[in-house]
Amino acid sequence: MFSNHKFIAFETIVVREIRRFTRIWLQTIVPPAITIGLYFVIFGNLVGRRIGEMGGYQYMDFIIPGLIMMAVIQNSYSNVVSSFFSHKFQKSIEEVLVSPVPNYVILSGFIVGGMARGLAVGAIVTVMAIIFSDMEIQYPLITISVVLMTSIVFSLAGFINALFANSFDDISIIPTFVLTPLIYLGGVFYSSQLLPQFWQVVSKMNPIFYMVNTFRYGILGTSDVDITWAFMMLGVFIVILYSSCIFLLRKGTGLRS
Amino acid sequence: MPGFFMPGESLVGAADNEIGYCFSTKQWRYSCCSFTTAVQTMTVAISIKDLSKTYANGFQALKGISLEVEQGDFFALLGPNGAGKSTTIGIISTLVNKTAGSVEVFGRNVDTHVYETKLDLGVVPQEVNFSQFEKVRDIVMTQAGYYGLPRKLAAERCEKYLKKLGLWEKRDERSRSLSGGMKRRLMIARALVHEPRLLILDEPTAGVDIELRRSMWEFLTDINKNGTTIILTTHYLEEAEQLCRNIAIIDEGKIIENTNMRELLAQLDTQVYILDTDGDAPDNFDLNLENASSEKTDEHCLEVTVSSGTHINDVFACFDKAGIKIKSMRSKSNRLEQLFMSRLKESQG
Repeated sequence: MFSNHKFIAFETIVVREIRRFTRIWLQTIVPPAITIGLYFVIFGNLVGRRIGEMGGYQYMDFIIPGLIMMAVIQNSYSNVVSSFFSHKFQKSIEEVLVSPVPNYVILSGFIVGGMARGLAVGAIVTVMAIIFSDMEIQYPLITISVVLMTSIVFSLAGFINALFANSFDDISIIPTFVLTPLIYLGGVFYSSQLLPQFWQVVSKMNPIFYMVNTFRYGILGTSDVDITWAFMMLGVFIVILYSSCIFLLRKGTGLRS
Repeated sequence: MPGFFMPGESLVGAADNEIGYCFSTKQWRYSCCSFTTAVQTMTVAISIKDLSKTYANGFQALKGISLEVEQGDFFALLGPNGAGKSTTIGIISTLVNKTAGSVEVFGRNVDTHVYETKLDLGVVPQEVNFSQFEKVRDIVMTQAGYYGLPRKLAAERCEKYLKKLGLWEKRDERSRSLSGGMKRRLMIARALVHEPRLLILDEPTAGVDIELRRSMWEFLTDINKNGTTIILTTHYLEEAEQLCRNIAIIDEGKIIENTNMRELLAQLDTQVYILDTDGDAPDNFDLNLENASSEKTDEHCLEVTVSSGTHINDVFACFDKAGIKIKSMRSKSNRLEQLFMSRLKESQG
């Protein structure tokens, strides 16, 4: 895929991205881990005991996959959107724009950077989950595939947000008003079977619902959605978002006058 | 895998459009048939034809400018604020989308050979554009990585240019802690790390103290002597006069002058000198020369206006004859500044 010089450029972007979020680990790694840890303690342990079972599993076991996925989604997205926008804001993005780095290498570098942070936080949350529960992964391949593909989807979405953003407000609007509601309504804390028929149909229009449920299937072996359909949807999302990013980069949207 | 350019500029060990090390220029370069041909025949570093730029708000920054810069030149692109200098540089470096026209760098069109042309370009922008949170060395090493330089070579180049620009001691400091002059030098080191054949400097000495500015002039003169073509925009006309061999003046998006520096300076009709006298300066002193006159400006100063074609020796002979001793002499204003202002006045009607 890469010839040598392009690989060096790709590696440079990835290393710089990882160096960025590890340098400010108190802002990027610790807060999401603490937040999700509190979810485990309050919803899983304290409230969960009174709820009992959900979808045939202990409530703690039920919410673990959703919480891991929530961490991956939020961190993949926010890493790319904040990093790319701050490069735009400081004009340091010009460093890469004047150099002979193809657009797909720029995009791939930022996406892998976003995935690295999403998966790092996801891994920390998984370790915390093991402390609270005797979690066993039923289908490792499905689990890993869906978490990787979800991370790619939200890294790409974060990239598009950063391209269009003109201020720091613009990079917080989508996570606050779109991403968070979709995650909370995406079956992280409940099974869609509990919802009335109408709201079950509405839930199925939420792409995060498929991602969470497919991940839950990989870990617990149970799901509210068709797994094949969920993977196809993830694949389509990746293709559409990737193509959009490349188109916008080529056009220079948000980057070139 | 990277290959190697042998002295005849042929590439060994890499396919077309791959990177290769050129032993004769000691640079990493892309290989392609058009490139190897271009290296042998090309004398024009930049060729701009009918370049226009209209921004989204309707402002026409460039109105069909055409310009050529020869390989190895030290070229000044001058103009008042908002004249179109930075837009021109932005288009050459692909940071600004042009509306019409074409730009060729070493014979290759920037639209069709975007990656090859970028490899030949180093750009030092007007504003600081590196991350304020990264270390000095990381900024230069990262830039080397974007150009595909292997890590060992990148580290060598990084050390070489940080040392040359007096930043090696600061290599492990965050860039935000650097002074304004150091930040400017860091941008030059970063632009040179891949050793481009064409270096574009957009007001590189703005806000830099005179001592540092002069050391930067020496550095830039050296790299120009070593074969790097330099395009310089500056508001310090003394700087352009000192460094550049050719010049273009741009105003309101149009090139109003494009010539050799010596020829341009020769167009000056008159030059005005300030002479400091040893003792009182005489009142109403007549030089008795057809194309020169003198006027007392204060007790110890004379202002002498000399038309082109008149020798300074004749003026001094007159003073000598009258027993007036001259302690020192200086130009009243920079010669290029006089011409620059007159051209702008003509251009603006």
